[in-house]
Amino acid sequence: MSSTLTPAALPTPSQQIGARERTRSILQAAGMLPVLILIALGFHFFGGHRFLTGQNLSIVAQQASINTVLASGMTFVILTGGIDLSVGSTLAFAAMCGLSVSLLPSVGWLAVPACLGAGLLIGLFNGVLIAGIKIPPFIVTLGTLTAVRGLARLMGGDRTIFNPDLSFAWIGNDGIAVTSTLTIPWLAVIALAVVAASWFILRRTVLGVHIYAIGGNPAAARLAGIRVGAVLLFVYAASGFLAGLGSVMSSARLYAANGLQLGQSYELDAIAAVILGGTSFVGGVGSIWGTLVGALMIAVLTNGLILIGVSDIWQFIVKGLVIIIAVALDRFRQPATRT
Amino acid sequence: MPHSEDSQVHDPRPILEMSGISKTFPGVKALRDVSLQAYGGEILALMGENGAGKSTLMKILSGAYTADPGGEIRIHGELARMGSPSAAREAGIAIIYQELALAPNLTVSENIHLGAEIRRAGMINRAAMDDACRPLLQRLGTPFGPEAIVGSLSVAEQQLVEIARALHRKARILVLDEPTTALSNRETEQLFKLIRQLRAEGIALIYISHRMAEVDELADRVSVLRDGAYVGTLEKGELSSAQIVRMMVGRDLSGFYVKDRSHAQPEEEAVLEVDGLTDGARVQPVSFALRRGEVLGIAGLVGAGRTELARLIYGADVRTGGAIRLDGKALDIRTPRDALAAGIAYLTEDRKALGLFLDMSCAGNLNLGVLGKDARGGVLDRAKGRQRATGAFSTLRVRAASTLVNVGGLSGGNQQKVLLGRLLETGPRVIILDEPTRGVDIGAKSEIYRIIGELAAKGLGIIVISSEMPEIIGVSDRVLVMREGVVTGELNGSEITQEAIMALAAGIGPSSIAA
Repeated sequence: MSSTLTPAALPTPSQQIGARERTRSILQAAGMLPVLILIALGFHFFGGHRFLTGQNLSIVAQQASINTVLASGMTFVILTGGIDLSVGSTLAFAAMCGLSVSLLPSVGWLAVPACLGAGLLIGLFNGVLIAGIKIPPFIVTLGTLTAVRGLARLMGGDRTIFNPDLSFAWIGNDGIAVTSTLTIPWLAVIALAVVAASWFILRRTVLGVHIYAIGGNPAAARLAGIRVGAVLLFVYAASGFLAGLGSVMSSARLYAANGLQLGQSYELDAIAAVILGGTSFVGGVGSIWGTLVGALMIAVLTNGLILIGVSDIWQFIVKGLVIIIAVALDRFRQPATRT
Repeated sequence: MPHSEDSQVHDPRPILEMSGISKTFPGVKALRDVSLQAYGGEILALMGENGAGKSTLMKILSGAYTADPGGEIRIHGELARMGSPSAAREAGIAIIYQELALAPNLTVSENIHLGAEIRRAGMINRAAMDDACRPLLQRLGTPFGPEAIVGSLSVAEQQLVEIARALHRKARILVLDEPTTALSNRETEQLFKLIRQLRAEGIALIYISHRMAEVDELADRVSVLRDGAYVGTLEKGELSSAQIVRMMVGRDLSGFYVKDRSHAQPEEEAVLEVDGLTDGARVQPVSFALRRGEVLGIAGLVGAGRTELARLIYGADVRTGGAIRLDGKALDIRTPRDALAAGIAYLTEDRKALGLFLDMSCAGNLNLGVLGKDARGGVLDRAKGRQRATGAFSTLRVRAASTLVNVGGLSGGNQQKVLLGRLLETGPRVIILDEPTRGVDIGAKSEIYRIIGELAAKGLGIIVISSEMPEIIGVSDRVLVMREGVVTGELNGSEITQEAIMALAAGIGPSSIAA
């Protein structure tokens, strides 16, 4: 409580305060960015100057991209005060659907729509149960986490599906060549596009305001005439759809999908990215930029720890602790709010 | 004062002396050199508009805030080192806030002993805890025992639990922050009896309230704060409501409650007709008509079904029977969204829990109801939004640094104006105001009355639900009184008196008055 006291300032004109509010919100949005940069610099200097190279950064971007897409959907959900535990399983199921379709000679071109449609379907299923029957999101998506994993295994007869001639494999392997050494992978482009679209929905549309309002005060949202059910249906459908998009990206990279292993614990990385990004776990407060920084941080840690030769087991321990420490630091940084 | 005889002769030295207390928040000087004395066996009323610094001062007393260096707090003449809630508790200070701080799932005695449980061999000893607080509960005359679950008690009873906990911790200084807000008249009377009993036991009581009638009835002395500064203290014998109001607002409030709408009488035409509306439980079939330009007061004791009736009209709860007509057209209202679309708006009695989005800006809160209308293809019209927010700020005279600050940081009165502004932006034909001035300071109160008058003059139908008798009498053209879900009477013009309303609300001989 005993934050350092600054002398009382004279009343400032409203415009100046508006500017100050904006600066504060930019600082808040920046949130973990300084930490991310510090970690990146640390890896660079302790990892023999191999981290901050065009080639490595493009790998990091690729590694971060699928999680960024899932975490964007998760941001919508968590902003309403909900949670979607099913995205990893949904990704696996959608990938199995997509690869199965891609092997059918006549309708192979439908593989990408199949992925997206399968994801959307699971998302809508979650949304109907949560918004319509009002079962708590944690319980619904815990159920679909398990059930959809089963569906995914069922799809390929519990075997890995390969397609070495995957028509959309370019998504996972090509990119925009900027210079001879630096290429921006399509995966990263897709992830950034999803972030930009999410930002637009959250900050520039009525739907976005309603998402924040529902997370901030669901009872007031209903009394204010917001269609709470419809908005909840949207966020879970969006999360499912983006898991479907994640499955396109993953299939394009691997030329394969496996119902048992693919997407295991992806939901946890997505949640971690959202939380690292400063979005409130009870909803109503947060930003998509924060989520992007959070997802990058997880990717940088994974990549950097490998680069400096930390063992697989220690990577888990370090990543877990970094998440906790980063959020703890964030709590410390934020000024004590006056009620 | 009538109560000066029954109060005991108190210790001439104050139990609590706060002097030179200042508190600076970044950019705001919340308190400037404030002094306060409280004596044992005395009720000190602490008054001031919202934002005057009462809460900040009490938070310093409770150790939630640290005061700026320079001030001092003495307890029994000894300099106290405050700065943490536990230090304040050890110094014998207890504060009972509007929002009670109890664990609803635990028993009364578990709550009373919370943090200092009686143990036997490391395990909790419930029997000993129950026994330890039984005499205390008897002394307070509680209708419940130590084993009652707190969540099953009424708000008034839960307040008793808080008081019991304070006494159990040997509190000598008891601060009550707006304790009667959620109480019925009968419960209030019982609380006052208890407060007087505690005074007789020598406890120093600090009573914070906006309700002048309560202060008149209870207080031995009144200290007034204004804009973070100490204005003065009225001693016994010089207490008068008019004087207190002058000290609080620094201006004379003559004609404070007076309707200034003689030029704008309600029209004959009904705007809203409610016919046999019921939820099958708390609202028995209720029928009435509201005319254009009319302010219809709905009075009654807490629990009479007034809020429930309002929520039924607004579609917030499910009705089991009855019809609603607006301008003669039958409406099928199933959700608040339907009601808003039809032109019926509702101001909730609990603005923080059910009204505002505290993490959102004032502008965000103001525009929430019309975002869809202003938007093009779902994309926000931000210029229109800014324009609306600025306009609402000036017509409603909202005092805030900018439209972009979070509404959670505003005073109660300004929060209420923002919420009212949201309803008005939707362009309603009928507006239902449920306790429109609850927890609002006197300045904002009179402005809300002014707004109500202006809206009625524009031809809106207005329903005002209020538990404050002077308010109902002051603003209403006509008053319906409810009791146990039924409208027990209707009062017009000069029939609207405190006695008549009370008789109908309590169910004493209504027929003679309602005729």
